[in-house]
Amino acid sequence: MSVGSERVAIHVSVNGRAHDCEVEPRMLLVDLLRERLDLTGTHIGCDTSYCGACTVLLNGVTVKSCTVFAAQAHEAEILTVEGLSKDGELHPIQKAFASCHGLQCGYCTPGLLMSTYYLLSKNAKPTSDEIRKAIAGNTCRCTGYQNVLKAIQVAAETLPQGTA
Amino acid sequence: MDEAVAVLAELGEEGQALAGGQSLIPLMKLRLARPGVLVDLNSIPKLSHIEKRDGSSIRIGALARHAEIADSELAASIPILHDCAAGIADAQIRNRGTIGGSIAEADPSGDWAPVLLTLSTEVHCTGPKGIRTIALPDFLKDAYTSALEKGELVREVAVQIPPKNSGGAYVAFKRSAPVYASASAAVQLTMADREMCQQAHVYLGCVGLLPVHAEAAEKELRGRKITPQAIAAAGEAAMEAAQPHSDMRGSAEYKKVLVKSLVKRAIDAALRRSRGEQVKVTHEYVGRI
Repeated sequence: MSVGSERVAIHVSVNGRAHDCEVEPRMLLVDLLRERLDLTGTHIGCDTSYCGACTVLLNGVTVKSCTVFAAQAHEAEILTVEGLSKDGELHPIQKAFASCHGLQCGYCTPGLLMSTYYLLSKNAKPTSDEIRKAIAGNTCRCTGYQNVLKAIQVAAETLPQGTA
Repeated sequence: MDEAVAVLAELGEEGQALAGGQSLIPLMKLRLARPGVLVDLNSIPKLSHIEKRDGSSIRIGALARHAEIADSELAASIPILHDCAAGIADAQIRNRGTIGGSIAEADPSGDWAPVLLTLSTEVHCTGPKGIRTIALPDFLKDAYTSALEKGELVREVAVQIPPKNSGGAYVAFKRSAPVYASASAAVQLTMADREMCQQAHVYLGCVGLLPVHAEAAEKELRGRKITPQAIAAAGEAAMEAAQPHSDMRGSAEYKKVLVKSLVKRAIDAALRRSRGEQVKVTHEYVGRI
């Protein structure tokens, strides 16, 4: 790791795959994912740390990837929305969002899916209030959240012991 | 940590410490902060502890995330700490933001400063001239200005554990989870018995350049019985002490009225907690949908 405007060599694991990259120190994690690794499932909504569309897991906890520098992900494990499905099969959380109409335009969905994954990994049977609190950092301008709540409840019921 | 201090001291004005980054990175995007070099503190080991020391204080490492403090049973033994940690912004920001970064930034709308001021809190710092301990009221100099010197960093926050007959609460009003509060109130009461108040601390957030110490509100409580009349009088006094500005979070008049109601709610919760009641009050925003 170096200082100044020199590029920084980083090693990151994204969805289980190792990457060695050289990045500008000012590059944001979301830009690393989208522009360098072609993982465009993570969206940039507001770019001000508000909307949560860019939510990913960094070493097991959700962060807004527009508010973390790529260089800070050195030696870290990242999980993005692309890492949820396995062998072409959607994750139960994704299936619940689809079956409950927990999305309309879909822009906020990657972030909501990651916040749901994080919630259910910590709390297998969340109450309605706990769900609301868990997604308070994810803004959706289409659904009015009702079907999102329903989807998260269905996902919690579907997942074996909340093994998100 | 010594390395970070040395690098920051050498960089002088160009250098800027980066902790959780949840304020600094948005400020950089707005070009309100333009540091030449960031020194990322996140790799400094052993700086996110939450532990009891000498049976009398809780020490919280500067890099302890808000979420870690919210999940800590030890921190929850002082309920006002849990109120604060569990309600800051949203889950993603709590996973990243740190208590050390929050107080070092000294944002007038920050949550930690008013809460920690109601308790006896010291800030342990490490700098080019060595270590020093600064009482929190002396640490907070002005809006966005702490007593830290160039190259000096917050190492940990030491909070005195209040006596058993003490209770506190932090209540704030936010329009949505990720935004700063419109106004907030932190209250810590130590009771002589069920009704008689022995000691009272009342601080207001977001309604001044620094947390406002509502001494007139404290006077309405200290040495008196906490009756509905006393609570109402303290609310009025706090409203008078608030110095809010009109902005997108509300007009000055609105914020004053808000302060009155927040202080009354915080006193009520603090009183009940001093009696050992479990009161779930926090400023956490849960959308009513």
